[in-house]
Amino acid sequence: MKTSKIKHSSPYAGWLLLAIALLVLAPAVLSDFRLGLLAKYCCYAIAAVGIGLAWGRGGMLVLGQGLYFGLGAYAMAMHLKLADAGPGGVPDFMALYGDAAVPWWWEPLRSGAVAVVVILVLPVIVAGLLGLAVFKRRIKGAYFAILSQALAAAFAILLIGQVKTTGGANGLNNFQGFFGYALFDPANKRMLYFVAAGILLVSILAMAWLHRSRFGELLVAVRDGEERVRFLGTDPANVKLAAYVVAAVLASVGGALFVPIAGIVSPDDVGVVASIGLLAGVALGGRASLLGPAVGALLVGYAETSLSEAFPGSWSYFQGALFVLVILLLPGGLAQLVGMAKRTVAHRERPALEEAAAR
Amino acid sequence: MTLTVNDLRVEFDGFVAIDGVSLTLEPGRLHFLIGPNGAGKTTLVDALTGLATGSGEARYRTRDLLGLASHTITRLGVGRTFQTATVFEELSVLQNLDIAAGVHRPRWRLMLPRRGTPERVAEALETVGLTALADRPAGVLSHGQKQWLEIGMLLVQNSAVMLLDEPVAGMSAEEREETGELLRRISPERTVVVIEHDMDFVRRFADVVTVLHAGKVIAEGSAAEIREDAEVQRVYLGDTVADMTETRAEESA
Repeated sequence: MKTSKIKHSSPYAGWLLLAIALLVLAPAVLSDFRLGLLAKYCCYAIAAVGIGLAWGRGGMLVLGQGLYFGLGAYAMAMHLKLADAGPGGVPDFMALYGDAAVPWWWEPLRSGAVAVVVILVLPVIVAGLLGLAVFKRRIKGAYFAILSQALAAAFAILLIGQVKTTGGANGLNNFQGFFGYALFDPANKRMLYFVAAGILLVSILAMAWLHRSRFGELLVAVRDGEERVRFLGTDPANVKLAAYVVAAVLASVGGALFVPIAGIVSPDDVGVVASIGLLAGVALGGRASLLGPAVGALLVGYAETSLSEAFPGSWSYFQGALFVLVILLLPGGLAQLVGMAKRTVAHRERPALEEAAAR
Repeated sequence: MTLTVNDLRVEFDGFVAIDGVSLTLEPGRLHFLIGPNGAGKTTLVDALTGLATGSGEARYRTRDLLGLASHTITRLGVGRTFQTATVFEELSVLQNLDIAAGVHRPRWRLMLPRRGTPERVAEALETVGLTALADRPAGVLSHGQKQWLEIGMLLVQNSAVMLLDEPVAGMSAEEREETGELLRRISPERTVVVIEHDMDFVRRFADVVTVLHAGKVIAEGSAAEIREDAEVQRVYLGDTVADMTETRAEESA
């Protein structure tokens, strides 16, 4: 008789390991420079956690999360530029390219509180409206993927076109402070690392809760049998919408943290290539698992840096090869390997247990 | 709860699939829908559950079901199953049923994890005989067990009207027998409508039989009355002798 049973194996052991690695181990052994890079990967990982929910659990191939990453990043960058300029001041690049006047839609972001609200609420509004339009019309699969990617591309092009107000292709950079903390101070950079790692760990915990909630079960049901869910009295569009909005907010938060850590945001960070880069880690780690997306994003970030150092200009080949390998050999990502290893151990132990029970 | 269908018509690009069907589906009896392939049986159920657009009227309580969204119809208490059992294979039997129970819960409770087995779900597990398999992924169930799980999902939803599309197709003789008994157990308090091809099964369990042919109702009555009906004999023996032998072959297989 088969004994395959579904049970919630405790995800917290893995989470605890990750927490120790990020909060204790990494700060102890890494140089300030490497820690800064890890902080950047954490920002990608926060967005990846959301992709894990939307894509892994919800089956929506979100190819354009750079859009939401960019909304958060630019909102934060605009606030930092205005804060650097001081009360009533004009950001440096505007004096350079434009007529040295702050546009009306920049003004509200002078306030740090408004910036935080924009970072959290704007993706809800954009993803909410977009999701309503798309999911209620039952657009899904490749059509949804192409649509989301086209939006990220359009957003990047829009940013490049508006040199006077967005910095164009150069983006926004040269930030001096972050909510009153000087960004050139290494102590503050370490603090930013802890903020990013902390938010990453908290967002994974939130995902663990969502996975275990009835919503999480319903989301998997929608992924595996969208039409069937209708006949259980639930409109699957609402379920997908909720997951898509959560993913958008996480991407926006990741983008917002990315700005002070990387010191720059440009259209390259929000376009098609960046969006696919966000996806690569999720695929590698295991899109439907809890820790997979975050761990995968951290690994891909690390690999990108070290491979680019060793073989300049070669990363896109490695990234392509990574996608091919994962899709062909390991569709469940690294999480699948962990699962296989666990099962092997369990099989080895079982005969011993049965023997013991027989005695 | 009675579902009254009045002059229902369904057309696909000029092809009339349902041509003015009027039916009264009453609670407390096992109502079978039979007819040769292409008679419009599944289309009828599709039209009643928001999958096909039809004109006419399908009165249930105070509402006309035609034109309502599928999930709204489900929430009103009209549930259905599909020819190919569609359960969520990666979720456990219990989770499948629990999702069906979602119609009774306020939306915000979605944010909480499930604790234990809701009473309604436990009852349904007992009724369809899957209690021992509650924690198994639905994907490992046999074909028959999946159909029972689907019926269990309708029980959990507390559907007052159950439209079952060929629930015993592909089942073993024993499974058919058990399914028939199950349908008898649940029909007294509900309106149970079953689309079926297997005439032996119809004869054994039907209280009322409606025969559809080319989108029209050609006969209605008890299984014995239907067998004597000249029009039905003509349709089945005249046009579809091959069909009948095919059914026989499937049965003996």
